[in-house]
Amino acid sequence: MAYSSTRPVADRDRPLLSVEDLTVTFGRQGEEPFRAVDGVSFTVRPGQTVGLVGESGCGKSVTSLAIMGLLPKRGNTVGGRVDFEGTDLLSLGDAELRNRRGKDLAMVFQDPLSSLNPVVPVGLQVTEVLERHRGMSRKAAMPVAADLLSRVGIPDPNRRVKDYPHQMSGGMRQRALVAIALACAPRLLIADEPTTALDVTIQAQILALLKELVEETGTALIMITHDLGVVAGLCDEVNVLYGGRIVERGPRHPIFREPRHPYTNGLLDSIPRLDTVGERLTPIPGSVADNLPWDHACAFAPRCSQPVEICTQTTPDLVTNGDRALRCHNPVEVPR
Amino acid sequence: MLRFIVRRMVQLIGVVLVLSLLLFFWLRSLPGGPINALLGDRATPEQQEQLEQLLGLDQPLYVQYLRYMGRALQGEFGSSSSVIPGTDAFDVFLSRFPATIELAFFSVTLAIITAIPLGYFAARRRGRAVDNISIVASLVGIAVPVFFLAFLLKYYFSVKLGWLPVSGRQANLGCTRVTNFFILDGLLTREFDCSVSAVKHLILPSIALASIPFAVVFRITRASVLDVLHEDYVRTAEAKGLTARVIRGRHVLRNAMLPVLTIVGLQVGALLAGAVLTETVFSFPGIGEALALSFSARDYAVLQILILMSAVVFVVVNLVVDILYAVVDPRVRTS
Repeated sequence: MAYSSTRPVADRDRPLLSVEDLTVTFGRQGEEPFRAVDGVSFTVRPGQTVGLVGESGCGKSVTSLAIMGLLPKRGNTVGGRVDFEGTDLLSLGDAELRNRRGKDLAMVFQDPLSSLNPVVPVGLQVTEVLERHRGMSRKAAMPVAADLLSRVGIPDPNRRVKDYPHQMSGGMRQRALVAIALACAPRLLIADEPTTALDVTIQAQILALLKELVEETGTALIMITHDLGVVAGLCDEVNVLYGGRIVERGPRHPIFREPRHPYTNGLLDSIPRLDTVGERLTPIPGSVADNLPWDHACAFAPRCSQPVEICTQTTPDLVTNGDRALRCHNPVEVPR
Repeated sequence: MLRFIVRRMVQLIGVVLVLSLLLFFWLRSLPGGPINALLGDRATPEQQEQLEQLLGLDQPLYVQYLRYMGRALQGEFGSSSSVIPGTDAFDVFLSRFPATIELAFFSVTLAIITAIPLGYFAARRRGRAVDNISIVASLVGIAVPVFFLAFLLKYYFSVKLGWLPVSGRQANLGCTRVTNFFILDGLLTREFDCSVSAVKHLILPSIALASIPFAVVFRITRASVLDVLHEDYVRTAEAKGLTARVIRGRHVLRNAMLPVLTIVGLQVGALLAGAVLTETVFSFPGIGEALALSFSARDYAVLQILILMSAVVFVVVNLVVDILYAVVDPRVRTS
């Protein structure tokens, strides 16, 4: 069975992935460099599901691309450390990184409609990973591919392997992409907004599938999303990003029950609730364009619901307290 | 698929009929005519009238057309008046066609095998030296007129350096003719020096003729590869850790080739126009030179069949391209 991992269960407390002070700076000659990721640190333990949450432009996708080594080769500088099972992925050469991608760490992208090659049968897009990393022949890999497709809930997989992407629905294609990502039983799966492009009912199916597969195989999952509903259903730990930095971290339930950062609080307030009649949504005013530079202020201050004077003068530090961490001068006090 | 091909073939018949009608009237509305061309300026009106009657040119045009079509159905396309006097026009076409096929095949192959790799590398190294040099080269390829390039090549490589023959299709070696494809004939009859001579005669005309298709195919390849490189599925392929070779071939080029294929089909049509100039400069006895000759001599019969057959070739080539397209792109096949 393709999924049954024969690996010895790793030490659950030792991190599988440890991102330390990751920075990604974009900038071409003659342009003001832009720091998309600004000193992000977090760890993922084997089998753990970690959420990276934030709105568009907060650096969550760039973080994941930097971990995978998929950022464009030109026009950016990456700093810090990405420690994966004792190896700094950032120090690896192109060939070594290719040997690991798809095998030890895999990724599912946002848009299933454009993430599969339109002129290659879906089966071959699954088998090519097996051929590459498991050294299987295409003939031997095809039944495994069909099996993988059936595991992700694609009916009639033996016929479907011959299908082209355009013959499949969006949900089906995202299932196929999940099958591709899990083909070599990676230890870490990064899912970058895997449900954003799908219908709500399909979203739920894909999330349930990811949850099930991750639990079954012991794969660690980094879930990148702007949707706190996804986080609530899936993640063990949540990292809230704002302006390229982590502003709050904590286990799922405490974060939802008592968010301390005004940004996290604002995100929760902007989710519609079905159990309260007539409640108005409270959006967070402004956009990321209003951010202050982190080096002498809190970037979120201009949009904050409760700024104090120090917020525009001093950079708040990320202060760890037990299993939670917070970067705020004036945290939310009242429990929700 | 078969239905598709049959439908296109029926369309082809329509194209040929309409084009033959247009051509017939259009050619005859041009100033001058075969009578002048045959008898010269000094002929007396009586002589001209006599010849007109003999050739049936005194009849109304529609009668001439119906007569022409009637004979064409029986395989007679009229006698050539000046290109190969007295020969049936279709035989003139047949005797000239293999030369142009050889030339066109060489040119297209040359253009494709240089332009596609170069287009790919220029896209991968966008903005760097390879890219900039290739873009300039392709601009030159489009901007320099074919006949001028042909003259330059002939002057340097044939006249000054003497490396390659000045004109013609083959040296006078007394070669045996089998198919009239000279390179093939040489191989079939084991007269290899004949093949070598034919290839030497093809080099300069092919380069001249390839200049425009090269430039166009290069440009399209480069733009298309640049587009595809930013596609999500290429990022997926990278995330799978596939080797650079598989990503290049299966994921980038296979998709990037779709627009290139269409352009190559259209370029084959443009090639016929280029062949008129190139073949004339190199006195290369193909369709292009025959077109030029028959046009200046108002050799109606030959002119008509050459233009009609060029149209047929163009339609057939584009049919082949469409079929290839369906082979490469499953979205076309299944819809």
